[in-house]
Amino acid sequence: MKGLPPVLITAIVLVAGFVLCALQFPNIASTRVVGNLLTDNAFLGIVATGMTFVIISGGIDLSVGSVIGFTTVFVALAIERWGMPPLVAFVAILALSAAFGAAMGAIIHVFDLPPFIVTLAGMFLARGASFLLSTESVPITAPVYSTVSDFAFRMPGGGRLTAIAIIMLTIVIGGVLLLRLTRFGANVYALGGGRATASLMGVAVGKMTVKIYMLSSLLAGIAGIVFSFYTSAGYSLSAVGVELDSIAAVVIGGTLLTGGQGSVIGTFLGVLIQGMIQTYINFDGTLSSWWTKIATGVLLFAFIALQQGLVALARRPVAKRAGAVS
Amino acid sequence: MENSLGPAPSLLEVRGISKSFGAVRALQEVDFTLRAGEIHALLGENGAGKSTLIKVITGVFPRDAGVVRLGDEEVATRSAKAALQAGIATVYQEVNLLPNLSVAQNLFLDRQPMRFGIVREGEMRRRAKALLTEFGLDIDVAAPLGSYSVAIQHVTAIARAVDLSARVLILDEPTASLDRHEVEILFGIMRQLARRGIGIVFVSHFLDQVYEISDRITVLRNGRLVGERETASLPRLELIRMMLGRELAETTGARAAANDHPPREICASFENYGKTGYVAPFNLELRHGEVVGLAGLLGSGRTETARLVFGAERADGGQAKVDGASLRLQSPRDGVRHGFGYCPEERKTDGVVAELTVRENIVLALQAKRGLHRPLSRREQDELARRYVKMLDIRPPDAERPVGLLSGGNQQKVLLARWLATAPRLLVLDEPTRGIDVGAHAEIIRLIRELCDDGLALLVISSELDEIVTYSDRVVVLRDRAHVEELSGEAIDVTNILAAIAADGAAMQEARA
Repeated sequence: MKGLPPVLITAIVLVAGFVLCALQFPNIASTRVVGNLLTDNAFLGIVATGMTFVIISGGIDLSVGSVIGFTTVFVALAIERWGMPPLVAFVAILALSAAFGAAMGAIIHVFDLPPFIVTLAGMFLARGASFLLSTESVPITAPVYSTVSDFAFRMPGGGRLTAIAIIMLTIVIGGVLLLRLTRFGANVYALGGGRATASLMGVAVGKMTVKIYMLSSLLAGIAGIVFSFYTSAGYSLSAVGVELDSIAAVVIGGTLLTGGQGSVIGTFLGVLIQGMIQTYINFDGTLSSWWTKIATGVLLFAFIALQQGLVALARRPVAKRAGAVS
Repeated sequence: MENSLGPAPSLLEVRGISKSFGAVRALQEVDFTLRAGEIHALLGENGAGKSTLIKVITGVFPRDAGVVRLGDEEVATRSAKAALQAGIATVYQEVNLLPNLSVAQNLFLDRQPMRFGIVREGEMRRRAKALLTEFGLDIDVAAPLGSYSVAIQHVTAIARAVDLSARVLILDEPTASLDRHEVEILFGIMRQLARRGIGIVFVSHFLDQVYEISDRITVLRNGRLVGERETASLPRLELIRMMLGRELAETTGARAAANDHPPREICASFENYGKTGYVAPFNLELRHGEVVGLAGLLGSGRTETARLVFGAERADGGQAKVDGASLRLQSPRDGVRHGFGYCPEERKTDGVVAELTVRENIVLALQAKRGLHRPLSRREQDELARRYVKMLDIRPPDAERPVGLLSGGNQQKVLLARWLATAPRLLVLDEPTRGIDVGAHAEIIRLIRELCDDGLALLVISSELDEIVTYSDRVVVLRDRAHVEELSGEAIDVTNILAAIAADGAAMQEARA
């Protein structure tokens, strides 16, 4: 249940990768680069945290990328065209995305449909709706945006821990606590272990499903707001494919794609690994940025193979523990 | 006869419950009364409606008609959660816990000790430990449940149900996977709970256990109530008659004398066959037309032997021969190719494919053996399914019904049919009568005999020694993952087998006798 071995392996991969990168480009080992890495991947870290809950519960959420896209467009239009105060716009979009997720969860539960299909529909719906709002990139000029963008803690060595990085770290920590320490978290694992069984044991499976997808969409909404801070614009084509990046981060982080096992920390490390590869390619300068995807693909494959191996190993000790009835 | 209510206060009253699945009437106006502090056995053949009744009471299935009253209040049990809150807890036959969660989380799921919205992990583990100690279990409660044996998982499930401060505890075949010692512990706890005023519904096919533990018995047949009796005043033959609705001429009859047959041809033989840390090397000869029984306690290496023989597990030493020629036996595929069949113990996870129909389950092994290039036509499939449904009396006789909807005994028959369809030379049956009631029990045993007469070699595992004695030509006794004795002919009787099993445990013998 702890899922420690896979997480440890992810951590080792991250550290080893970082050391290798730093050997080749000594400048990588600086707070400046690390700070940028956190900032650049803030939205991914947030959305992948939500995805971790969904995947551990045995589901999947393909709609998150589109929800991010919709959020950026909605926020941009609300502030720039409709004259909403930014804070009101944020509250409105978060309520909207939470309701969107809750609706998907309800449909999955009530009609007993595969989450893959329902969230695929959600993905098209949200992306289509954002194009409906605007097909063009809408720049955001509200003063709060420049304030937030400029805000940062100076780290020793000249690095900047930006506001959006702090938001991401807060959410990751919150996610860890929620999953590890609360009844909600235990129920997420329970759902991943078996929906029918969890239901027989008294877990309100329907409510849990709604809440889990609501959480995922809500975090996608927050990721969208963060993304709009990051780009200072709303664009309906933003964050295309982010759902797949976040699934990759979750799996690289040691969460079982079939549910029941995993951790938010692992996912966070998975996000950092993807960010690190990106950073390496930027430093190299001669490589196409698409190498990030290839490296991610190779890692993903390696981790899935590894998980299968671990699962096979985990089945063995049954015999050893048998007969402990005194 | 069903309304002879005694003076003791009734705790759970079920009146006029009906339930249909499509055209099948699973329950028809069934009444059931459970008094406070009694242990009430609910008996019936496969498909009699026991499981359905339990699921209706616990709210897993909505009922078509009828009333459920707990104490003075009517229970509108619409969901498993509502039933739990009302005080009706259930432990199902197949362990219904979550293998990926820790033992402690399984015990306290959805009711963990909390402080400021946070689960108190340490407190929860301490309580889990204390709770399991009552059940004679001393294990690491932080480890995933899935890392423990089925018996421990079952005891955990019972502990959980008991701890739900239940007023009514329903145990659906709780002893099916427990050994005698564990059963004693469970019975002790059941009596203790009954003294506290909890009403216990006990579903079991072990009639010995029913007579040992229960106060009253309710019998269902074909979805109808047959009657409710005091256990003490109900002779066994009368009970069996109630359950079967027909005379059962001495449950299964005597074993055909082994010496009637001339020595038979060897079908498969295993020399020094074994796997380190799994089963010690053994010699085993399986002959055509002969039943070899494997006896021993849970975890003694019976299933492990079966898996090695079938090829589900690779041996790391020794030699296997079929008809004198040595063979490679590294995977179930090899086993199937050499004409071996294996009906595993865990029907739900290792055996039938619940979503597929009876027909699809039956043709599965045959199709796999033929390979994808030679598909069975639909007509052949229908023909096969029809033949085996008839031959094995699978009920309901609907080949297009998903196997998951059948009762345990009928699922077992489907599994048997699957291997019979491949015309095997050797069939390994692991606990073929587990979770099956008297009627089907006798039927399966009759089938085993018939198959044997047709020249099939059979290797049968069973926890029920009476049963093994009934059909075996030879009995191999296992202890601590090694074959310790082989009995044949006149030497096969319960006493001798027990002596071999309990060579260093006299308590075992006592318990059984």
